[in-house]
Amino acid sequence: MQVERHDIELSVNGTIYRRAVESRILLSDFLRHDLELAGTHVGCEHGVCGACTILLDGAPIRSCLMLAVQANGHELSTVEGLAGRDGELHPVQQAMHDHHGLQCGYCTPGILMTMTAFLKQNSEPSEHEVREALSGNLCRCTGYQNVVDAMLAAAQTIRAAP
Amino acid sequence: MKPAPFKYIAASSLDHALALKAEHGDEARFLAGGQSLIPAMNFRLARPSVLIDINGLGELAGVERSEGAEIRVGALTRYRSLESDSRFLTDCPLFADALPHIAHPQIRNRGTIGGNLSHADPASELPAVAVAMQARMRIKSAKGGREVAASEFFQGLLTTDIRSDEMLVEIAFPAPRARTGTCFMEVARRRGDFALAGVAAVVTTDAKGRCSQLRLALCGVGETAVDASTAAASLIGQPWASEAIETVVSEVQAMIDPPGNVHASPDYQRHIAGVLAQRAITAAYSRAGHAG
Ligand SMILES: Cc1cc2nc3c(=O)[nH]c(=O)nc-3n(C[C@H](O)[C@H](O)[C@H](O)COP(=O)(O)OP(=O)(O)OC[C@H]3O[C@@H](n4cnc5c(N)ncnc54)[C@H](O)[C@@H]3O)c2cc1C
Ligand code: FES
Ligand code: FES
Repeated sequence: MQVERHDIELSVNGTIYRRAVESRILLSDFLRHDLELAGTHVGCEHGVCGACTILLDGAPIRSCLMLAVQANGHELSTVEGLAGRDGELHPVQQAMHDHHGLQCGYCTPGILMTMTAFLKQNSEPSEHEVREALSGNLCRCTGYQNVVDAMLAAAQTIRAAP
Repeated sequence: MKPAPFKYIAASSLDHALALKAEHGDEARFLAGGQSLIPAMNFRLARPSVLIDINGLGELAGVERSEGAEIRVGALTRYRSLESDSRFLTDCPLFADALPHIAHPQIRNRGTIGGNLSHADPASELPAVAVAMQARMRIKSAKGGREVAASEFFQGLLTTDIRSDEMLVEIAFPAPRARTGTCFMEVARRRGDFALAGVAAVVTTDAKGRCSQLRLALCGVGETAVDASTAAASLIGQPWASEAIETVVSEVQAMIDPPGNVHASPDYQRHIAGVLAQRAITAAYSRAGHAG
Protein backbone atom coordinates (compact mmCIF):
# COMPACT_ATOMS: atom_id res chain seq x y z
CA MET A 1 0.00 0.00 0.00
CA GLN A 2 1.20 3.44 -0.90
CA VAL A 3 2.19 5.58 2.11
CA GLU A 4 -0.45 8.19 2.61
CA ARG A 5 0.49 11.48 4.27
CA HIS A 6 -1.59 14.33 5.66
CA ASP A 7 -0.54 17.90 6.41
CA ILE A 8 -1.43 18.85 9.96
CA GLU A 9 -1.04 21.95 12.08
CA LEU A 10 -1.41 21.83 15.81
CA SER A 11 -0.33 23.64 18.94
CA VAL A 12 1.64 21.89 21.67
CA ASN A 13 2.29 23.84 24.87
CA GLY A 14 1.61 27.05 22.95
CA THR A 15 4.00 26.36 20.06
CA ILE A 16 2.53 25.83 16.58
CA TYR A 17 3.88 22.85 14.64
CA ARG A 18 3.24 21.98 10.99
CA ARG A 19 4.10 18.49 9.81
CA ALA A 20 3.16 15.88 7.24
CA VAL A 21 2.17 12.64 8.97
CA GLU A 22 1.37 9.13 7.84
CA SER A 23 -2.25 8.16 8.67
CA ARG A 24 -1.28 5.37 11.02
CA ILE A 25 1.09 7.40 13.26
CA LEU A 26 -0.29 7.44 16.79
CA LEU A 27 -0.35 10.82 18.51
CA SER A 28 1.94 9.44 21.24
CA ASP A 29 4.57 8.42 18.68
CA PHE A 30 4.20 11.70 16.81
CA LEU A 31 4.91 13.67 20.00
CA ARG A 32 7.88 11.51 20.92
CA HIS A 33 9.50 10.89 17.55
CA ASP A 34 8.47 13.74 15.26
CA LEU A 35 8.33 16.57 17.78
CA GLU A 36 10.97 15.03 20.06
CA LEU A 37 8.81 15.67 23.10
CA ALA A 38 9.68 12.40 24.81
CA GLY A 39 8.22 13.36 28.20
CA THR A 40 4.99 11.67 27.15
CA HIS A 41 5.64 8.00 27.93
CA VAL A 42 4.13 4.91 26.36
CA GLY A 43 3.50 1.80 28.40
CA CYS A 44 0.79 -0.41 27.01
CA GLU A 45 -0.39 1.36 23.84
CA HIS A 46 -3.92 0.13 24.33
CA GLY A 47 -5.36 2.61 26.76
CA VAL A 48 -4.88 0.79 30.05
CA CYS A 49 -1.83 2.28 31.79
CA GLY A 50 -2.26 6.03 31.42
CA ALA A 51 1.46 6.81 30.94
CA CYS A 52 0.67 8.56 27.63
CA THR A 53 -2.02 10.87 29.05
CA ILE A 54 -1.90 14.40 27.61
CA LEU A 55 -4.42 17.23 27.42
CA LEU A 56 -6.43 17.72 24.23
CA ASP A 57 -8.05 21.15 24.34
CA GLY A 58 -7.63 21.02 28.13
CA ALA A 59 -9.11 17.56 28.74
CA PRO A 60 -6.98 14.51 29.60
CA ILE A 61 -6.94 11.78 26.94
CA ARG A 62 -4.84 8.77 25.97
CA SER A 63 -2.42 9.88 23.25
CA CYS A 64 -1.87 6.22 22.28
CA LEU A 65 -5.55 5.95 21.29
CA MET A 66 -5.60 8.89 18.93
CA LEU A 67 -4.04 9.29 15.52
CA ALA A 68 -1.70 12.23 14.99
CA VAL A 69 -3.79 13.27 11.97
CA GLN A 70 -6.81 13.62 14.28
CA ALA A 71 -5.00 16.27 16.33
CA ASN A 72 -5.02 18.65 13.34
CA GLY A 73 -6.27 22.05 14.51
CA HIS A 74 -6.24 21.15 18.21
CA GLU A 75 -4.36 22.48 21.23
CA LEU A 76 -2.33 19.95 23.16
CA SER A 77 -0.53 20.17 26.47
CA THR A 78 2.21 17.77 27.51
CA VAL A 79 4.37 17.45 30.60
CA GLU A 80 7.07 19.61 28.97
CA GLY A 81 4.75 22.61 29.28
CA LEU A 82 4.01 22.30 33.01
CA ALA A 83 6.99 24.06 34.59
CA GLY A 84 7.38 27.82 34.15
CA ARG A 85 9.95 29.24 31.71
CA ASP A 86 12.30 29.93 34.60
CA GLY A 87 12.12 26.25 35.54
CA GLU A 88 9.78 26.82 38.47
CA LEU A 89 7.82 23.64 39.03
CA HIS A 90 4.04 23.56 38.71
CA PRO A 91 2.45 23.09 42.16
CA VAL A 92 1.50 19.51 41.22
CA GLN A 93 5.10 18.76 40.23
CA GLN A 94 6.45 20.40 43.36
CA ALA A 95 4.08 18.39 45.55
CA MET A 96 5.12 15.12 43.83
CA HIS A 97 8.74 16.06 44.59
CA ASP A 98 8.03 17.03 48.20
CA HIS A 99 5.93 13.94 48.97
CA HIS A 100 8.08 11.39 47.18
CA GLY A 101 5.27 10.70 44.75
CA LEU A 102 7.53 9.01 42.20
CA GLN A 103 10.22 6.39 42.11
CA CYS A 104 11.12 5.26 38.59
CA GLY A 105 9.03 8.09 37.16
CA TYR A 106 7.63 6.16 34.23
CA CYS A 107 4.01 6.83 35.15
CA THR A 108 4.66 10.38 36.36
CA PRO A 109 4.01 12.45 33.20
CA GLY A 110 0.62 10.79 32.77
CA ILE A 111 -0.26 11.33 36.42
CA LEU A 112 0.82 14.97 36.25
CA MET A 113 -1.32 15.66 33.17
CA THR A 114 -4.36 13.84 34.57
CA MET A 115 -4.13 15.56 37.90
CA THR A 116 -3.38 19.12 36.76
CA ALA A 117 -6.59 18.99 34.73
CA PHE A 118 -8.49 17.42 37.62
CA LEU A 119 -7.31 19.94 40.23
CA LYS A 120 -8.14 22.79 37.89
CA GLN A 121 -11.76 21.64 37.95
CA ASN A 122 -11.85 20.57 41.58
CA SER A 123 -9.34 22.27 43.86
CA GLU A 124 -11.05 20.97 46.99
CA PRO A 125 -11.16 17.23 46.38
CA SER A 126 -11.71 14.57 49.01
CA GLU A 127 -9.20 11.73 49.23
CA HIS A 128 -11.81 9.50 47.60
CA GLU A 129 -12.17 11.89 44.66
CA VAL A 130 -8.39 12.01 44.24
CA ARG A 131 -8.22 8.22 44.16
CA GLU A 132 -11.08 8.08 41.66
CA ALA A 133 -9.33 10.65 39.45
CA LEU A 134 -6.11 8.61 39.63
CA SER A 135 -7.85 5.34 38.77
CA GLY A 136 -6.83 5.51 35.11
CA ASN A 137 -3.09 5.81 35.82
CA LEU A 138 -1.13 2.73 36.79
CA CYS A 139 2.00 3.00 38.92
CA ARG A 140 4.07 -0.09 39.62
CA CYS A 141 6.38 1.56 42.18
CA THR A 142 4.78 3.85 44.70
CA GLY A 143 1.66 2.04 45.88
CA TYR A 144 -0.14 5.36 45.21
CA GLN A 145 -0.20 6.54 48.84
CA ASN A 146 2.45 9.20 48.33
CA VAL A 147 0.84 10.27 45.07
CA VAL A 148 -2.46 10.77 46.88
CA ASP A 149 -0.69 12.74 49.63
CA ALA A 150 1.01 14.87 46.97
CA MET A 151 -2.28 15.63 45.23
CA LEU A 152 -4.02 16.67 48.44
CA ALA A 153 -1.05 18.94 49.20
CA ALA A 154 -1.05 20.35 45.65
CA ALA A 155 -4.75 21.11 45.96
CA GLN A 156 -4.00 23.11 49.08
CA THR A 157 -1.23 25.08 47.33
CA ILE A 158 -3.51 25.76 44.38
CA ARG A 159 -6.32 26.97 46.67
CA ALA A 160 -3.93 29.26 48.56
CA ALA A 161 -2.52 30.80 45.35
CA PRO A 162 -3.71 34.37 44.73
CA MET B 1 3.47 3.13 14.90
CA LYS B 2 1.41 0.05 15.56
CA PRO B 3 -1.60 -0.18 13.24
CA ALA B 4 -1.36 -1.66 9.75
CA PRO B 5 -1.58 0.95 6.95
CA PHE B 6 -4.96 2.40 6.06
CA LYS B 7 -6.45 5.31 4.21
CA TYR B 8 -7.76 8.04 6.53
CA ILE B 9 -10.67 10.21 5.47
CA ALA B 10 -12.21 12.89 7.71
CA ALA B 11 -15.89 12.94 6.75
CA SER B 12 -17.17 16.44 6.02
CA SER B 13 -20.87 15.63 6.49
CA LEU B 14 -23.11 12.73 7.42
CA ASP B 15 -23.94 12.22 3.73
CA HIS B 16 -20.22 12.14 2.93
CA ALA B 17 -19.59 9.56 5.66
CA LEU B 18 -22.48 7.37 4.45
CA ALA B 19 -21.40 7.64 0.81
CA LEU B 20 -17.87 6.54 1.78
CA LYS B 21 -19.26 3.60 3.76
CA ALA B 22 -21.48 2.58 0.85
CA GLU B 23 -18.41 2.70 -1.41
CA HIS B 24 -15.98 0.79 0.86
CA GLY B 25 -18.34 -1.50 2.83
CA ASP B 26 -16.74 -3.90 5.31
CA GLU B 27 -13.24 -2.71 4.36
CA ALA B 28 -14.02 0.61 6.05
CA ARG B 29 -14.72 1.45 9.69
CA PHE B 30 -16.11 4.59 11.22
CA LEU B 31 -13.73 6.17 13.73
CA ALA B 32 -15.69 7.63 16.67
CA GLY B 33 -13.98 7.88 20.08
CA GLY B 34 -11.41 5.35 18.96
CA GLN B 35 -11.28 3.85 22.47
CA SER B 36 -12.09 0.34 21.24
CA LEU B 37 -11.11 0.58 17.59
CA ILE B 38 -7.59 2.01 18.03
CA PRO B 39 -6.56 -0.56 20.67
CA ALA B 40 -7.82 -3.30 18.31
CA MET B 41 -5.81 -1.75 15.48
CA ASN B 42 -2.73 -1.40 17.71
CA PHE B 43 -2.98 -5.14 18.38
CA ARG B 44 -3.70 -5.65 14.67
CA LEU B 45 -6.87 -7.50 15.63
CA ALA B 46 -8.57 -4.98 13.35
CA ARG B 47 -7.02 -4.00 10.03
CA PRO B 48 -9.51 -1.78 8.22
CA SER B 49 -8.21 -0.46 4.93
CA VAL B 50 -10.21 2.77 5.22
CA LEU B 51 -10.97 4.80 8.35
CA ILE B 52 -13.84 7.27 8.08
CA ASP B 53 -13.36 9.78 10.89
CA ILE B 54 -16.77 11.06 12.03
CA ASN B 55 -15.46 13.26 14.87
CA GLY B 56 -16.05 16.42 12.86
CA LEU B 57 -19.78 15.73 12.47
CA GLY B 58 -21.25 17.99 15.14
CA GLU B 59 -24.78 17.12 14.01
CA LEU B 60 -24.25 13.62 15.45
CA ALA B 61 -23.45 14.87 18.96
CA GLY B 62 -25.76 16.08 21.69
CA VAL B 63 -28.96 15.31 23.60
CA GLU B 64 -32.37 16.52 22.41
CA ARG B 65 -35.61 16.35 24.32
CA SER B 66 -38.90 18.09 24.62
CA GLU B 67 -41.30 17.83 27.51
CA GLY B 68 -42.90 14.40 27.75
CA ALA B 69 -41.20 13.14 24.60
CA GLU B 70 -38.46 10.60 24.02
CA ILE B 71 -34.87 11.59 24.75
CA ARG B 72 -32.73 11.53 21.62
CA VAL B 73 -29.01 11.07 21.99
CA GLY B 74 -26.70 11.55 19.00
CA ALA B 75 -24.34 8.65 18.36
CA LEU B 76 -21.24 10.84 18.67
CA THR B 77 -22.18 12.13 22.14
CA ARG B 78 -19.23 11.43 24.43
CA TYR B 79 -19.58 9.79 27.85
CA ARG B 80 -18.17 12.94 29.40
CA SER B 81 -20.96 15.17 28.08
CA LEU B 82 -23.62 12.71 29.27
CA GLU B 83 -21.98 12.58 32.71
CA SER B 84 -22.08 16.34 33.02
CA ASP B 85 -25.65 16.75 31.70
CA SER B 86 -27.66 16.72 34.93
CA ARG B 87 -31.00 16.86 33.16
CA PHE B 88 -30.13 13.82 31.06
CA LEU B 89 -29.04 11.93 34.19
CA THR B 90 -32.34 12.82 35.88
CA ASP B 91 -34.33 11.65 32.85
CA CYS B 92 -32.22 8.52 32.33
CA PRO B 93 -30.98 7.67 35.84
CA LEU B 94 -29.58 4.29 34.78
CA PHE B 95 -26.81 6.26 33.09
CA ALA B 96 -25.97 8.00 36.37
CA ASP B 97 -25.35 4.56 37.87
CA ALA B 98 -23.61 3.03 34.86
CA LEU B 99 -21.34 5.73 33.37
CA PRO B 100 -18.85 5.89 36.27
CA HIS B 101 -18.18 2.16 35.77
CA ILE B 102 -17.03 2.70 32.19
CA ALA B 103 -13.25 2.80 31.97
CA HIS B 104 -11.53 5.92 33.32
CA PRO B 105 -12.00 9.68 33.01
CA GLN B 106 -9.45 9.96 30.18
CA ILE B 107 -11.30 7.33 28.16
CA ARG B 108 -14.71 8.84 28.96
CA ASN B 109 -13.45 12.14 27.53
CA ARG B 110 -13.24 10.46 24.10
CA GLY B 111 -15.55 7.42 24.02
CA THR B 112 -19.01 7.84 22.50
CA ILE B 113 -22.35 6.19 23.16
CA GLY B 114 -22.72 5.24 19.49
CA GLY B 115 -19.24 3.69 19.35
CA ASN B 116 -19.96 1.75 22.52
CA LEU B 117 -23.27 0.32 21.28
CA SER B 118 -21.95 -0.40 17.77
CA HIS B 119 -18.96 -2.19 19.25
CA ALA B 120 -21.35 -4.35 21.32
CA ASP B 121 -18.86 -5.66 23.85
CA PRO B 122 -20.74 -8.28 25.89
CA ALA B 123 -19.19 -7.01 29.13
CA SER B 124 -20.02 -3.36 28.44
CA GLU B 125 -22.56 -1.64 30.64
CA LEU B 126 -24.44 0.35 28.00
CA PRO B 127 -25.92 -2.43 25.84
CA ALA B 128 -27.60 -3.78 29.01
CA VAL B 129 -28.78 -0.27 29.91
CA ALA B 130 -30.18 0.23 26.38
CA VAL B 131 -31.99 -3.13 26.48
CA ALA B 132 -33.42 -2.48 29.96
CA MET B 133 -34.62 0.97 28.91
CA GLN B 134 -36.10 -0.32 25.63
CA ALA B 135 -34.06 2.15 23.62
CA ARG B 136 -34.69 2.56 19.88
CA MET B 137 -31.62 2.54 17.66
CA ARG B 138 -31.82 4.82 14.63
CA ILE B 139 -29.65 3.66 11.77
CA LYS B 140 -28.88 5.35 8.45
CA SER B 141 -27.35 4.49 5.12
CA ALA B 142 -27.05 6.50 1.91
CA LYS B 143 -30.34 4.85 0.88
CA GLY B 144 -32.38 5.85 3.94
CA GLY B 145 -33.02 5.25 7.61
CA ARG B 146 -34.58 2.63 9.83
CA GLU B 147 -35.16 1.95 13.49
CA VAL B 148 -34.45 -1.17 15.55
CA ALA B 149 -35.35 -2.04 19.14
CA ALA B 150 -32.31 -2.45 21.38
CA SER B 151 -33.35 -6.03 22.16
CA GLU B 152 -33.02 -6.90 18.46
CA PHE B 153 -29.99 -4.70 17.78
CA PHE B 154 -27.47 -6.79 19.74
CA GLN B 155 -27.10 -10.06 17.89
CA GLY B 156 -24.03 -11.73 19.30
CA LEU B 157 -20.42 -11.28 20.31
CA LEU B 158 -19.35 -7.85 18.96
CA THR B 159 -22.17 -8.18 16.44
CA THR B 160 -25.11 -5.87 15.85
CA ASP B 161 -27.84 -5.40 13.30
CA ILE B 162 -25.85 -2.60 11.57
CA ARG B 163 -25.18 -3.54 7.93
CA SER B 164 -21.96 -2.81 6.08
CA ASP B 165 -23.28 0.41 4.51
CA GLU B 166 -24.96 1.72 7.67
CA MET B 167 -24.22 3.95 10.65
CA LEU B 168 -25.89 4.17 14.04
CA VAL B 169 -26.89 7.86 14.16
CA GLU B 170 -29.18 8.24 17.14
CA ILE B 171 -30.38 6.37 20.22
CA ALA B 172 -33.85 7.24 21.52
CA PHE B 173 -34.81 6.56 25.14
CA PRO B 174 -38.43 6.63 26.28
CA ALA B 175 -39.61 9.64 28.28
CA PRO B 176 -39.40 9.11 32.05
CA ARG B 177 -42.45 7.33 33.47
CA ALA B 178 -44.17 8.05 36.78
CA ARG B 179 -43.60 5.70 39.75
CA THR B 180 -40.53 4.24 38.11
CA GLY B 181 -37.22 3.42 39.76
CA THR B 182 -34.03 2.16 38.14
CA CYS B 183 -30.72 0.73 39.24
CA PHE B 184 -27.51 -0.48 37.60
CA MET B 185 -24.91 -2.45 39.57
CA GLU B 186 -21.87 -4.44 38.60
CA VAL B 187 -18.94 -6.40 39.96
CA ALA B 188 -15.55 -5.79 38.34
CA ARG B 189 -12.08 -6.61 39.63
CA ARG B 190 -11.02 -2.97 39.68
CA ARG B 191 -12.80 0.32 39.12
CA GLY B 192 -13.04 0.90 35.38
CA ASP B 193 -12.53 -2.72 34.36
CA PHE B 194 -15.11 -4.46 32.24
CA ALA B 195 -17.83 -6.09 34.38
CA LEU B 196 -17.64 -9.74 35.47
CA ALA B 197 -21.40 -9.36 35.70
CA GLY B 198 -23.72 -6.37 35.75
CA VAL B 199 -27.47 -5.88 36.07
CA ALA B 200 -29.78 -3.07 34.96
CA ALA B 201 -33.28 -3.01 36.45
CA VAL B 202 -36.25 -0.74 35.69
CA VAL B 203 -39.30 -1.13 37.95
CA THR B 204 -42.64 0.63 37.36
CA THR B 205 -45.45 0.36 39.90
CA ASP B 206 -49.13 1.26 39.78
CA ALA B 207 -50.85 3.68 42.15
CA LYS B 208 -51.32 0.88 44.68
CA GLY B 209 -47.65 -0.01 44.69
CA ARG B 210 -48.02 -3.20 42.65
CA CYS B 211 -45.35 -3.92 40.07
CA SER B 212 -46.76 -3.07 36.64
CA GLN B 213 -43.57 -3.49 34.61
CA LEU B 214 -40.14 -4.86 35.36
CA ARG B 215 -37.29 -4.69 32.87
CA LEU B 216 -34.10 -6.57 33.61
CA ALA B 217 -30.94 -6.82 31.50
CA LEU B 218 -27.51 -8.24 32.24
CA CYS B 219 -24.02 -7.65 30.92
CA GLY B 220 -20.90 -9.78 31.10
CA VAL B 221 -22.71 -13.10 31.33
CA GLY B 222 -23.30 -14.02 27.68
CA GLU B 223 -22.27 -13.32 24.10
CA THR B 224 -24.18 -10.08 24.25
CA ALA B 225 -26.47 -8.15 26.61
CA VAL B 226 -29.12 -10.52 27.99
CA ASP B 227 -32.75 -9.42 28.26
CA ALA B 228 -33.87 -11.23 31.42
CA SER B 229 -37.20 -9.45 31.86
CA THR B 230 -39.17 -12.69 31.53
CA ALA B 231 -37.43 -13.96 34.68
CA ALA B 232 -39.39 -11.34 36.60
CA ALA B 233 -42.79 -12.16 35.10
CA SER B 234 -44.04 -13.56 38.42
CA LEU B 235 -43.71 -10.13 40.05
CA ILE B 236 -46.09 -8.37 37.65
CA GLY B 237 -49.32 -7.31 39.35
CA GLN B 238 -47.92 -8.17 42.78
CA PRO B 239 -47.14 -5.89 45.71
CA TRP B 240 -43.53 -5.66 46.92
CA ALA B 241 -42.39 -8.82 48.70
CA SER B 242 -38.75 -9.66 49.26
CA GLU B 243 -39.47 -13.42 49.12
CA ALA B 244 -40.87 -13.06 45.59
CA ILE B 245 -37.52 -11.67 44.47
CA GLU B 246 -35.85 -14.96 45.42
CA THR B 247 -37.82 -16.69 42.65
CA VAL B 248 -36.60 -14.10 40.16
CA VAL B 249 -33.02 -14.68 41.23
CA SER B 250 -33.21 -18.41 40.54
CA GLU B 251 -34.95 -17.76 37.19
CA VAL B 252 -32.17 -15.35 36.19
CA GLN B 253 -29.50 -17.83 37.22
CA ALA B 254 -31.19 -20.59 35.25
CA MET B 255 -31.54 -18.57 32.05
CA ILE B 256 -27.94 -17.35 31.69
CA ASP B 257 -24.97 -19.30 30.44
CA PRO B 258 -21.92 -17.29 31.50
CA PRO B 259 -18.74 -17.98 29.52
CA GLY B 260 -16.30 -17.60 32.42
CA ASN B 261 -12.91 -15.93 32.03
CA VAL B 262 -9.54 -15.79 33.77
CA HIS B 263 -11.03 -13.76 36.62
CA ALA B 264 -14.28 -15.62 37.19
CA SER B 265 -15.61 -19.13 36.68
CA PRO B 266 -19.05 -19.53 35.08
CA ASP B 267 -20.44 -20.55 38.49
CA TYR B 268 -19.07 -17.44 40.15
CA GLN B 269 -20.50 -15.25 37.39
CA ARG B 270 -23.88 -16.97 37.78
CA HIS B 271 -23.72 -16.43 41.53
CA ILE B 272 -22.94 -12.71 41.33
CA ALA B 273 -25.52 -12.20 38.57
CA GLY B 274 -28.14 -13.51 41.00
CA VAL B 275 -26.94 -11.39 43.91
CA LEU B 276 -26.80 -8.29 41.72
CA ALA B 277 -30.27 -8.96 40.27
CA GLN B 278 -31.68 -9.21 43.78
CA ARG B 279 -29.99 -5.99 44.90
CA ALA B 280 -30.74 -4.03 41.73
CA ILE B 281 -34.45 -4.95 41.73
CA THR B 282 -34.71 -4.08 45.43
CA ALA B 283 -33.01 -0.71 44.90
CA ALA B 284 -35.15 0.06 41.85
CA TYR B 285 -38.31 -0.69 43.83
CA SER B 286 -37.28 1.61 46.60
CA ARG B 287 -36.35 4.35 44.12
CA ALA B 288 -39.81 3.95 42.60
CA GLY B 289 -41.06 4.99 46.03
CA HIS B 290 -41.87 1.65 47.61
CA ALA B 291 -40.55 -0.58 50.31
CA GLY B 292 -37.46 -2.49 49.41
C1 LIG C 1 -8.65 0.83 29.16
C2 LIG C 1 -10.05 0.78 28.64
C3 LIG C 1 -11.05 0.37 29.49
C4 LIG C 1 -12.38 0.30 29.03
N1 LIG C 1 -13.35 -0.08 29.90
C5 LIG C 1 -14.63 -0.11 29.47
C6 LIG C 1 -15.68 -0.47 30.35
O1 LIG C 1 -15.48 -0.75 31.53
N2 LIG C 1 -16.95 -0.49 29.85
C7 LIG C 1 -17.22 -0.17 28.55
O2 LIG C 1 -18.37 -0.18 28.15
N3 LIG C 1 -16.25 0.18 27.71
C8 LIG C 1 -14.96 0.23 28.13
N4 LIG C 1 -13.99 0.59 27.23
C9 LIG C 1 -14.35 0.84 25.82
C10 LIG C 1 -14.84 2.26 25.62
O3 LIG C 1 -16.04 2.45 26.34
C11 LIG C 1 -15.07 2.63 24.16
O4 LIG C 1 -15.14 4.02 24.16
C12 LIG C 1 -16.31 2.13 23.48
O5 LIG C 1 -16.45 0.74 23.60
C13 LIG C 1 -16.29 2.44 21.99
O6 LIG C 1 -16.68 3.74 21.76
P1 LIG C 1 -15.82 4.70 20.82
O7 LIG C 1 -16.63 5.90 20.59
O8 LIG C 1 -14.48 4.87 21.41
O9 LIG C 1 -15.81 3.85 19.46
P2 LIG C 1 -14.66 3.46 18.41
O10 LIG C 1 -13.54 2.78 19.12
O11 LIG C 1 -14.32 4.64 17.58
O12 LIG C 1 -15.46 2.44 17.54
C14 LIG C 1 -15.83 1.15 18.00
C15 LIG C 1 -16.47 0.37 16.84
O13 LIG C 1 -17.75 0.90 16.52
C16 LIG C 1 -17.78 1.39 15.17
N5 LIG C 1 -18.55 2.63 15.23
C17 LIG C 1 -18.27 3.73 15.97
N6 LIG C 1 -19.27 4.64 15.87
C18 LIG C 1 -20.20 4.09 15.03
C19 LIG C 1 -21.47 4.53 14.55
N7 LIG C 1 -21.98 5.70 14.92
N8 LIG C 1 -22.16 3.71 13.72
C20 LIG C 1 -21.66 2.49 13.36
N9 LIG C 1 -20.47 2.03 13.79
C21 LIG C 1 -19.74 2.81 14.63
C22 LIG C 1 -16.33 1.56 14.78
O14 LIG C 1 -16.18 1.44 13.39
C23 LIG C 1 -15.67 0.43 15.54
O15 LIG C 1 -15.83 -0.77 14.86
C24 LIG C 1 -12.67 0.67 27.67
C25 LIG C 1 -11.66 1.10 26.82
C26 LIG C 1 -10.35 1.15 27.29
C27 LIG C 1 -9.27 1.59 26.36
S1 FES D 1 0.44 3.87 26.59
FE1 FES D 1 -1.44 4.88 26.39
S2 FES D 1 -2.55 4.13 28.03
FE2 FES D 1 -0.77 2.92 28.15
S1 FES E 1 6.98 5.66 39.80
FE1 FES E 1 7.50 3.85 38.74
S2 FES E 1 5.65 3.39 37.73
FE2 FES E 1 5.07 4.99 38.98
